[in-house]
Amino acid sequence: MALADKDRIFTNVYGYQPWNLAAARARGDWDNTRDILARGRDAIIEEIKASGLRGRGGAGFPTGMKWSFMPKQAPLDQAGNPKPSFLVINADESEPGSCKDREIIRHDPHKLVEGALVAGFAMGARAAYIYIRGEYIREAETLFAAVQEAYDAGLLGRNAAGSGYDFDVFVHRGAGAYICGEETAMIESLEGKKGQPRLKPPFPAGAGLYGCPTTVNNVESIAVAPTIMRRGASWFASFGAENNKGTKLFQISGHVEKPCVVEEEMSIPFKELIERHCGGIRGGWDNLLAVIPGGSSVPLVPASQVMDMPMDFDGCKKVGSGLGTAAVIVMDKSTDIVRAISRLSAFYKHESCGQCTPCREGTGWMWRVMERLRTGDAHVDEIDMLQQVTKQVEGHTICALGDAAAWPIQGLIRHFRPELERRIAERHGDVREAAE
Amino acid sequence: MADRYLEPDTPEIRARWGNFAWNPHWAEKARAAIARYPEGRQRSAVMALLDYAQRQVGEETRTQGWLPIPVMEFVARELDMPIIRVVEVATFYTMYNLVPVGRFHVQVCGTTPCMLRGSDDILAACRQRGMAPGHTTDDGLWTLTEVECMGNCASAPMVQINDDNYEDLTAERLDTVLDALARGETPKTGTQEPGRHTVEPLGGPTTLKDMVAENHDYRGEW
Repeated sequence: MALADKDRIFTNVYGYQPWNLAAARARGDWDNTRDILARGRDAIIEEIKASGLRGRGGAGFPTGMKWSFMPKQAPLDQAGNPKPSFLVINADESEPGSCKDREIIRHDPHKLVEGALVAGFAMGARAAYIYIRGEYIREAETLFAAVQEAYDAGLLGRNAAGSGYDFDVFVHRGAGAYICGEETAMIESLEGKKGQPRLKPPFPAGAGLYGCPTTVNNVESIAVAPTIMRRGASWFASFGAENNKGTKLFQISGHVEKPCVVEEEMSIPFKELIERHCGGIRGGWDNLLAVIPGGSSVPLVPASQVMDMPMDFDGCKKVGSGLGTAAVIVMDKSTDIVRAISRLSAFYKHESCGQCTPCREGTGWMWRVMERLRTGDAHVDEIDMLQQVTKQVEGHTICALGDAAAWPIQGLIRHFRPELERRIAERHGDVREAAE
Repeated sequence: MADRYLEPDTPEIRARWGNFAWNPHWAEKARAAIARYPEGRQRSAVMALLDYAQRQVGEETRTQGWLPIPVMEFVARELDMPIIRVVEVATFYTMYNLVPVGRFHVQVCGTTPCMLRGSDDILAACRQRGMAPGHTTDDGLWTLTEVECMGNCASAPMVQINDDNYEDLTAERLDTVLDALARGETPKTGTQEPGRHTVEPLGGPTTLKDMVAENHDYRGEW
């Protein structure tokens, strides 16, 4: 059963209609937001918990639970004054394959701005900072304008939306660093520093931005909150498999006939998603080689295991991968699979922040070996050595970038080892031939 | 880590940029940026101020701008922070240009999703026109950079030129865009695929078709 248009949250995702406040209101945004807030902090958090919403930024942590970690009673600073709390919204969408937050921000920004108020109120935050990646230049212009519209209409600021609650929303532009998508790196960056992740604990809910309680949420997680509040947790939870509830923006790129961004039910089988919206695989289903189902950080899944895979957290995990941001990168048989993964290694080498040695040195090392495996200019033993090194990087760094650099390579070795060996044998054969 | 190097701080650079100060437009923008952060947390605005400074340098040199050391010192004074903290930020984030660039900064995305859709051809088309990654052409018009994922994966391959994206490219479509820019025109931004609006499936959306013609309100069907 297909998701009906009336159950889609991001109705203007393709931008056929204006993004502005008047048009957004006509679509149902900012409709009596005061009534939602009047239900109280606990009721909002309970509703989000009951909806089963899991964070849309990749890790899939239950959103309602995250909000509940914020202190009910503001902690005091050294002078004995209560500290403010902050909501930080992660719009630093930089994961290769991910392009959903961009569509929300440039075509439906008021869903995000209203969500910021609802979520910020639920966690008792004083203000929200939306951290948008620097390369989204036009998108940031739209977002600044949307926030200003909300202020001008009395929906933000003092007595926001007539709720009696004071709440500000600020936009902060990044400047080209993937690592700032990591929550503590984002907080560092917001404080005007290099975006290098912090050690945890303390967790941001205890000491985050400016040392104050902070929650960092993905754009999509925040933007769906008002609709969940209006339609109820049971509506949202009626989509998707158990533990994987709701609707989701899928972003399909690579070798499909028609790449696109589309909102679908969670747990939709991979083949159905591609058939229904993308016109199938380029060259037919027999031409499918492998799929990266959740953005560059997750291991690839070979064609044989992907067809019936439910596109949700548990379904992707079952085949040794992950849903991530639901950024589906499809590769057909014309793909140089080793180069495709090696290019990702180059990405992680470029984006390592340089703080932890295993990642700073390891990403460059892994990339150089990957490049030699690509041409076959390597020894067969080096495949195992590379596998070992990925294991020494994974889990030995402050943040997950080291893991993210390791997993695609592990996936390649797991599923395409014969291809790596073939290239080495071929290259050595060539060398021998040339010598003779 | 990204390989980044600072332009040497020479007497010539100091003579040219030592007296850098905001013009009225960027002074107002800088004031508004600092106001977005709590009192005493003005350092949070360093990213915005570096961006504005780079843009003002760009306006003064008719390029996309860069950040000479004296300009970073100016930003440090504006925010009452040590110069080294500003240099750290400027060198960490790749959108700050540490060396001069041309009038058009052509940033070709080469990460896997774009690579699968043909970014090799896009880079080749740039090379064909005399550009080389990391360099500015002799006429000062074009600087080419291969960048990492720009988040336009469903309309790949793409380039970002100055503040605008050009998506769904082929070598020919890129040539059309670059020719138009060189003539001083403003080519259509976004997807270059005829008949495509944004990131819907080519040939028309498979969902939300009511939205194409009118601002449809689905609440009546809830």
